[in-house]
Amino acid sequence: MDYLRCPIPWCGEFVLDRRNYSLLGEEGRKAVEKGLAAADWYHTKVSRNEMKELMGRTDRYALRDTAIWIAALLLSAGAGIYLWPSWFSVPFWLAYGVLYGSSSDSRWHECGHGTAFKTPWMNDVVHQIACFMIMRNPTVWRWSHSRHHTDTIIVGRDPEIAVMRPPDAARILLNLFGIMDAIEAFRRMFIHVTGRLHPEEETYVPASEHHKVVFTARIWFAIYAATVATAVWMGSILPLMVIGLPRFYGAWHHIMTGVLQHAALADDVIDHRLNSRTFHLNPISRFIYWNMNYHVEHHMFPMVPYHALPRLHELIKHDLPSADGSVWSAYRTVLPVLLRQLRGDNVFLVRKLPDTARPYRAELHDAVGA
Amino acid sequence: MPHWVDACAAEDIETEDLIRYDHPDGRTFAIYRSPEDEFHCTDGLCTHEFVHLADGLVQGCLIECPMHNGVFDYRTGKAKRAPAYEDLKTYQTKVENGRVLIEI
Repeated sequence: MDYLRCPIPWCGEFVLDRRNYSLLGEEGRKAVEKGLAAADWYHTKVSRNEMKELMGRTDRYALRDTAIWIAALLLSAGAGIYLWPSWFSVPFWLAYGVLYGSSSDSRWHECGHGTAFKTPWMNDVVHQIACFMIMRNPTVWRWSHSRHHTDTIIVGRDPEIAVMRPPDAARILLNLFGIMDAIEAFRRMFIHVTGRLHPEEETYVPASEHHKVVFTARIWFAIYAATVATAVWMGSILPLMVIGLPRFYGAWHHIMTGVLQHAALADDVIDHRLNSRTFHLNPISRFIYWNMNYHVEHHMFPMVPYHALPRLHELIKHDLPSADGSVWSAYRTVLPVLLRQLRGDNVFLVRKLPDTARPYRAELHDAVGA
Repeated sequence: MPHWVDACAAEDIETEDLIRYDHPDGRTFAIYRSPEDEFHCTDGLCTHEFVHLADGLVQGCLIECPMHNGVFDYRTGKAKRAPAYEDLKTYQTKVENGRVLIEI
């Protein structure tokens, strides 16, 4: 049992059975013992022909979206540089920041799955570029994300649980500006540059892949060093406004959407309807986020490309909790639960299923919901 | 001792697709029909993790695991893309009287 102090001063001290989210701790071993690791997850029934059609690959949509993305990056950065250091440059940096520091999150993710493009090398190229922007080592994160899909929100197994219990509110708020994630990314990069991996990374990255981690980190280190040197030589932060800093000032959008993927939902369950969230988004945010607001669908069928997720949603929504209508409406249900978790209550949301849905597997999910 | 087993009807498998075949002894296999109308057979589970390949996507001579995008050449069993590194075991096939037989 851990004694925690709430970050809000008047809350005082409380007792909470705090779980150990480390991949090296006892919880991971318990998850394996309980059969939660690499378990047989619930899937909504979809016919083979429909699933083949949904999984079908094409370069068309990702080529279109990548061309728009690159053009928007170049135009916004170009305008920002042209107007620098005038305040008139600010709107262009804000746009560039989101395109760099948030769109890269979805591009990294989707190309890592190998589903965005039909042509493998196109996935690989965009994956490498997006990983650099979001500061996630492509090899480490490919493997960590593989584990995230195998053991989604299984405590002690999933290395990508963004909102733990109790939630680290300060970390989430600081990450709206990329601060905590980028600091950790640089710390890991420095470890990798020396030829080592973090001990947790060694649990899911095979030894045969370690050299790729180190090679990439050394290239990135050289790029950042050259950017800083250029900034010093110019006596201006402008080079860093283009490379590096957008990961901070443009991070807010991917945190805003990313937190909603699993926050305030169940952990240690093997039904994505209980631990993942689908919500509706405006078209611009869906472009930035590449449709990952359909997150239950994505986790249930990870090989369905982002452009087919709206169709998949229509096909299986009869079996899913109803989607939140917007980011705002999703946060209206999430925030009260996170606040209760901050106070030490071990609560989470269990969304009502429509009458047409198959029920949750109660024998596996018998914890108390909010 | 390897022996031939009647696994399915040839018409059960669409061109450029696969089906799952569970043997009574507990083993599971994936049987493929290539775009060239040839039949192939491999172990049914991805070598990366416990995932049935029969839910995956066939593209040409490749099968993609439905969970993590591991890719194999189903003709040779060769792992072609991470996170799959270990090759799949392959089995001989033949078609007799419209039935697909696999040698296991």
